[in-house]
Amino acid sequence: MYGRNWSFRITWFRILLIILVLGAAAACLYRFIFGLGAVTNLSDQWPWGLWIGFDLLCGIALAGGGFSTALVVHVLHRDKYLPIARAALLTSLLGYIISLVSLFLDIGRWFNFWRPFFYWGFHSVLFEVFWCISLYTTIQVLEFGDIFFEKVKFPALKKILGYMMTPLLILGIVLPSLHQSSLGSLYIVAIDKLYPLWWSMLIPFFFVWSAFFLGPAMVTVEGTLASRAYGRQPELPVFQSMTKLTMWMMIIYFIVKMIDLNYRGVFGMAFNGSYESNMFLIEMIVFVLLPIFMYAIPSIRTKLWGVVTASLLVVVGVVFNRMNVVFTGMAKSVGGSYFPSIWEFLITIGMWSALALAYLFIVENFSILPKEEHTHSTHTSYGPSFHA
Amino acid sequence: MSKGVLVDVTRCIDCKSCMVACKVWNDLPSRKTEFSNDLDAGQLNSDTYTVVNNCISENGGEVVWRFVKRQCMHCKEPACESACFTHSFVKTKEGAVIYKPTVVDQDYCVGCRYCMIACPFGVPTFQWEKAFPYVEKCTFCYERTQQGLKTACTQACPTGALKFGDREELLAEAWQRINNNPNYVKHVYGEKEYGGTSWLYISDVPFAQLGFKTEVFNRPVTEKSIPSLTWDVLKWTPYIFVGWGALLTAMRAYTKRRAEVHNEEEMYGPVDPKE
Ligand code: SF4
Ligand code: SF4
Ligand code: SF4
Repeated sequence: MYGRNWSFRITWFRILLIILVLGAAAACLYRFIFGLGAVTNLSDQWPWGLWIGFDLLCGIALAGGGFSTALVVHVLHRDKYLPIARAALLTSLLGYIISLVSLFLDIGRWFNFWRPFFYWGFHSVLFEVFWCISLYTTIQVLEFGDIFFEKVKFPALKKILGYMMTPLLILGIVLPSLHQSSLGSLYIVAIDKLYPLWWSMLIPFFFVWSAFFLGPAMVTVEGTLASRAYGRQPELPVFQSMTKLTMWMMIIYFIVKMIDLNYRGVFGMAFNGSYESNMFLIEMIVFVLLPIFMYAIPSIRTKLWGVVTASLLVVVGVVFNRMNVVFTGMAKSVGGSYFPSIWEFLITIGMWSALALAYLFIVENFSILPKEEHTHSTHTSYGPSFHA
Repeated sequence: MSKGVLVDVTRCIDCKSCMVACKVWNDLPSRKTEFSNDLDAGQLNSDTYTVVNNCISENGGEVVWRFVKRQCMHCKEPACESACFTHSFVKTKEGAVIYKPTVVDQDYCVGCRYCMIACPFGVPTFQWEKAFPYVEKCTFCYERTQQGLKTACTQACPTGALKFGDREELLAEAWQRINNNPNYVKHVYGEKEYGGTSWLYISDVPFAQLGFKTEVFNRPVTEKSIPSLTWDVLKWTPYIFVGWGALLTAMRAYTKRRAEVHNEEEMYGPVDPKE
């Protein structure tokens, strides 16, 4: 099995993805030569747009599956979740790479990108975000190394990695917890700019908490997609048993949000009929309350369509929330208008296509998904053990 | 001694000498303009550190024109400085908030534009059209003030609408003018906003009507400095790092004893692309 050669099957869909990636790469080149103004619709009023708002903020939130699964599987040792552990790690790693790439694209003076490592603006939230993301991506690469060296035989390196695994795993949860929250803290400075339904001193908590409960939902959606693509059985029992955790976390999220709004005396703003208040109501009702109910009702929760729909709502809801913070909530106070240019879209689509291609290549060449025969017998242990 | 400028809106006649002086002193290129009936100088941009805006306002039932010079406020505790993760903004002891890459040639800025998100007055601008753009904003004429000169704009002002001096003295003078003349609004803009700014404004029409940020989302603007808010959150980082790390390690050690043993290499495998 492991002696198998590298393989990558070419289909029409994959050719389309490759074309999109190449198109985006050309656009990126153009951007690096002629500057941001030449390709984006950004302005002095809207210094951050699609790449920061979607690719970075959402990319990283969506990668939340990595750290929540790591916590459940490798710290709490809840073994029934093992079948999804590696896939979660992989998507998380790819999500972070996207975020780093989009950050690199978005910074105007990109040849200076290494400066923050040396000039410590530690009073800046961005400093924490930058360090945590870079370190955590490195850690995920190392964690992935463990899988990589199963195929590419290099026993000495694998052994070294084995020794490092426990600290890496712990750091691999602490770092993302910190910066998922500090992505929220980035917006603390936007007091008097960000609409009060979203601005709060608790925004770091809301960001990290939602990234955490997004994890299982993301794993469900992505696991279902993968099983569709490869004609496998979706891991329904695993998906189902995760819903409880997600549901309770979302209930807590909702309660804290309500208390926070009341405490700051802005609860009424949710019903003042403004554009912001409507967007906020949609966010809360469709993307928080509805999935909570779907997870709570057994006849929905136990069906594949039920878990998947509810999980999809959670995933879209977190994206919706981040978009509200970056765009909806800022629109009124900063004035002007922003809509991404065709080039910005093209580059974003290209990056996500690259992610899909990388995912396909990796699951077809490395041991990421559980072997079919084990899929539904996850409570037993597998053969004699070689390492603990 | 921290310097400042007192802007008396009642004395400004919209001659735009300050704008010209600023362009000349800072060697800023002009931008192509279009003909229009609007006398307003528009918005700040990367070639324009200061503008004079026109405001029509009502004062005691009478329609009046007022002219307001805008530029960086040189906050006492600047949000831009606290936001920048490369230390590219600094509050100097003279009071100026400078952007180091262009003012003192220390090029660390990565062009992330977080400073622009952070500034409550929407001041820093970006050279969007350049391949390697800088952030641009009023420098408080740092080179001049260091040598004991006034800023170029205050030097050029023919009416005394701009007065350069020590911030504290100017603040006292501002209140003196307000108290001696009932026409003034009883407020010095910049005294407390966002922790206080080096540029102070007094006016005879309400500040809100002049385009100043006085109320946001139906409540007065914050008087705390923005860096202090950020710090309230950031200061927890080391504790969370250590505490959360220790907790995780303990939980891992505790549950590991009861965990079953797996051979992961047996469990996972590459998938066959059947399509
Ligand atoms: S007005 Fe804005 S750019 Fe100027 S010092 Fe204050 S925060 Fe910085
Ligand atoms: S754009 Fe430059 S000056 Fe502004 S925050 Fe980023 S690194 Fe600092
Ligand atoms: S202080 Fe100097 S840089 Fe600032 S507006 Fe006046 S002339 Fe321009």
